[in-house]
Amino acid sequence: MTTVENLVSQYREPLENAPLDLALGWKKDHPDRKLVGCYPVYTPVEIIHAAGMLPVGVIGAGNRLEIAHADSRFQSFVCSIVKSTLELGLTERLKFLDGIVFHSICDPARNLGSVFKRNFPDLMVEYIHFPQNMVSPHTIDYLISEYKRVAASYEELSGIKITDEALRQSTALYNEQRRLVRELYAIRRKTPQNLSTVECYVLTRIGTLLPPEEHIAILREALTELRRRNEKPKDRIRVVLEGSFCEQPPIELLDALEAAGCYILDDDFLTGWRWFSADISTEGDPMRNLADAYINQSVYSGVKHDTREPKSKHLIDKFKDTGADAVLILAAKFCEPALFDYALYKRALEKEGIPHLCLEFEEKMWIFDKARTEVETFVESMLFD
Amino acid sequence: MAQPTETVKTSYQGQMHLLQKELMGRYFERVTRAAEHGEGKAVYMLISGNPVELIQAFDLIPVYPEIDALQLAVKKSALPFILKAEELGYSTDNCAYVKADVGMFLGDRKTPFATIPLPSLILCNYVGCNVYLQWFEHLAEYCDGQLYNLDIPFLRSPSGQPSPEDITYVVRQLEEVIEICEKLTGKTLDYARLKQIVSRSSEIGEMWSRIKGLTKNLPSPFDAYFDSVTMMAPLYCLRGTEDGVRFFETALKEMEEKVRMGTGPLPEERFRFIIEGPPPWPYLRTFRDMFSKWGAVAVASTYSTVGGLWEFGFRHDANHPLESIAQHMLQWNVTNRNFLQRYQQIRRYVEEWHADALVIHSVKSCRLFSAGQGDMREYFTKDLNVPTLLIESDLEDPRYFSEAQLKNRIDAFFESLEHKKVVRAGAEAGGAA
Repeated sequence: MTTVENLVSQYREPLENAPLDLALGWKKDHPDRKLVGCYPVYTPVEIIHAAGMLPVGVIGAGNRLEIAHADSRFQSFVCSIVKSTLELGLTERLKFLDGIVFHSICDPARNLGSVFKRNFPDLMVEYIHFPQNMVSPHTIDYLISEYKRVAASYEELSGIKITDEALRQSTALYNEQRRLVRELYAIRRKTPQNLSTVECYVLTRIGTLLPPEEHIAILREALTELRRRNEKPKDRIRVVLEGSFCEQPPIELLDALEAAGCYILDDDFLTGWRWFSADISTEGDPMRNLADAYINQSVYSGVKHDTREPKSKHLIDKFKDTGADAVLILAAKFCEPALFDYALYKRALEKEGIPHLCLEFEEKMWIFDKARTEVETFVESMLFD
Repeated sequence: MAQPTETVKTSYQGQMHLLQKELMGRYFERVTRAAEHGEGKAVYMLISGNPVELIQAFDLIPVYPEIDALQLAVKKSALPFILKAEELGYSTDNCAYVKADVGMFLGDRKTPFATIPLPSLILCNYVGCNVYLQWFEHLAEYCDGQLYNLDIPFLRSPSGQPSPEDITYVVRQLEEVIEICEKLTGKTLDYARLKQIVSRSSEIGEMWSRIKGLTKNLPSPFDAYFDSVTMMAPLYCLRGTEDGVRFFETALKEMEEKVRMGTGPLPEERFRFIIEGPPPWPYLRTFRDMFSKWGAVAVASTYSTVGGLWEFGFRHDANHPLESIAQHMLQWNVTNRNFLQRYQQIRRYVEEWHADALVIHSVKSCRLFSAGQGDMREYFTKDLNVPTLLIESDLEDPRYFSEAQLKNRIDAFFESLEHKKVVRAGAEAGGAA
């Protein structure tokens, strides 16, 4: 097996079974350090890291955890990730966390933060309100004040003062991590035959659970090999995938999508962990840099409403830049942001004459035949039309 | 055990209702004239913590798509619009308020009460509800209109209060909205006039708060859910105006009179309950009757605090108009308060309004309200020992109203409350003897 194959086989199973176990290992080795869980979509992880703690992605529980308690708290029409995350808490699988942070991404996630607060009084529950006014000159001051408030709360949790220097170092570290992940994605855009979606996903997802230094080392090793890979492209259509920015599809579903005849050139999986299209500046006031990057340098997303440019334009630009043949919308069931976005995307894609397919998924899904058949039919209609 | 009568219906039609009809009728005529004759300019806004005072100060016409959507539902004409939106790509799982409104907006923009003008400004007062952002983003794309996201930081600190930075941020944005309105109208803001409008809002807030306090009486003079609805439209569309003041004077007087007379909305008040969640508009009457037959009166409701929460003491301050509008948007409405603050709001209602029970009406469309209400039920039943009923339907989509099922659940709940009452009365009688 090659390096990348080795890495993927080493990490895929824990990611599918119990992803948080990967972070648990770190906690055992560092019993005096603290861990803060980060609910999707985006967390300014640098602030947590600069307080000497490890931020880890709490991104649902996949399809191996039975929901036995959380569905009496959250209704049937609420998405899977909200319920599975609560289930993790109610079954004491989040005991190793010292804190958890939620954000203003959607209504259920906001209420989930409150439900966590009530049910887990020992856990420090933080909530970040990200600005939705991207045009006011006053937004940056607000966001800096919000980050400072959160920083103060993390200083209290860790007992460590966040210095500007530490914040700059954390920013540089996560810049490096994001840069390497961008490089993975660049390979997929250009030569998708050289890096499968599942490989790319596993290599990215472990970065939400391992310390960034460790992840960076893994990515460097993987990239060294990937840059040399030279596979022959198969007869597949090339698609851009959109809509999976929060709840994550099962890895088996990604397998099925590719096997159905797609090269996925780009996607929005784990988008909050790859939130910036370029490095965040490490010169000057680090808190201001973080805030400014959110407002001016972050990628578009269903949970960010930037009136400066329509989201659909971003999607169509991405489609054109990658040279894709089609767009695949993969939205989590009951995810209002993704499902609302679809209505606008559909309209824009039709206007541009871009073929697209919309599928819904749930992290807890087990059977992938239906999705596979739908994609196969779509692919055939494109290949043989 | 006393059996419920199937025939109890409320048919209260006092002066307040007539005046509401007249004043709202005039408001909808103004809206229609803007649409059909280009008289005046419309500003689209959302109900939650709305800053209507600013819009009134420029003589712009406030238009609330939520009101349009709910009127379609009340008049049972929402479904075709919902289906039309679903054909366009909206999911069955998206908020049906948005779908009904989009379907109507992309058609001839007629509701049963008005023709809706195109917006001169789409002012998204993002107070709590994230769907608001999507809703107005979509409308702006459909009409290529000017959209401003007025971002209201959610209440998230342990104090439950906005930070000074939150307030500054909102005030600065309100100033930007003023600039936009000045450009739109070609007029500079008359600050004295704004102060006068804010002062009227303060008066209205005072009267509304007193009206809501009256339901602490036994019997409650009106139903704080079903009858509050009558007062909510003037509260949002006419707040800050003379008409608004006149309406609330009339309403307060009438309700005080009812307290003096000892009359309520039902022949006999047998249960007092608090209700959480928006009403099922398409079946409002049917739903009401399910409670009326048990002699159950809502004495407080969270839904009536969506646009503003006055009964705990907030008043607009004419000396600090923008700051107080900011406070209203940030802190003094149920939607921008976190879920646990809502638990505490309900808890106060249960205790201070002397309620026997809590009814949670969980609506699929509005996840801001509903997501997690199972935990709320857990808190009230297990921690506080308050009998709590959780029922599900929708505020707009008639397909989610299952009459027989709701009726069964409500009947079973009140039957058990009735039983407890009888047992308690028996125990007290026994104890006394």
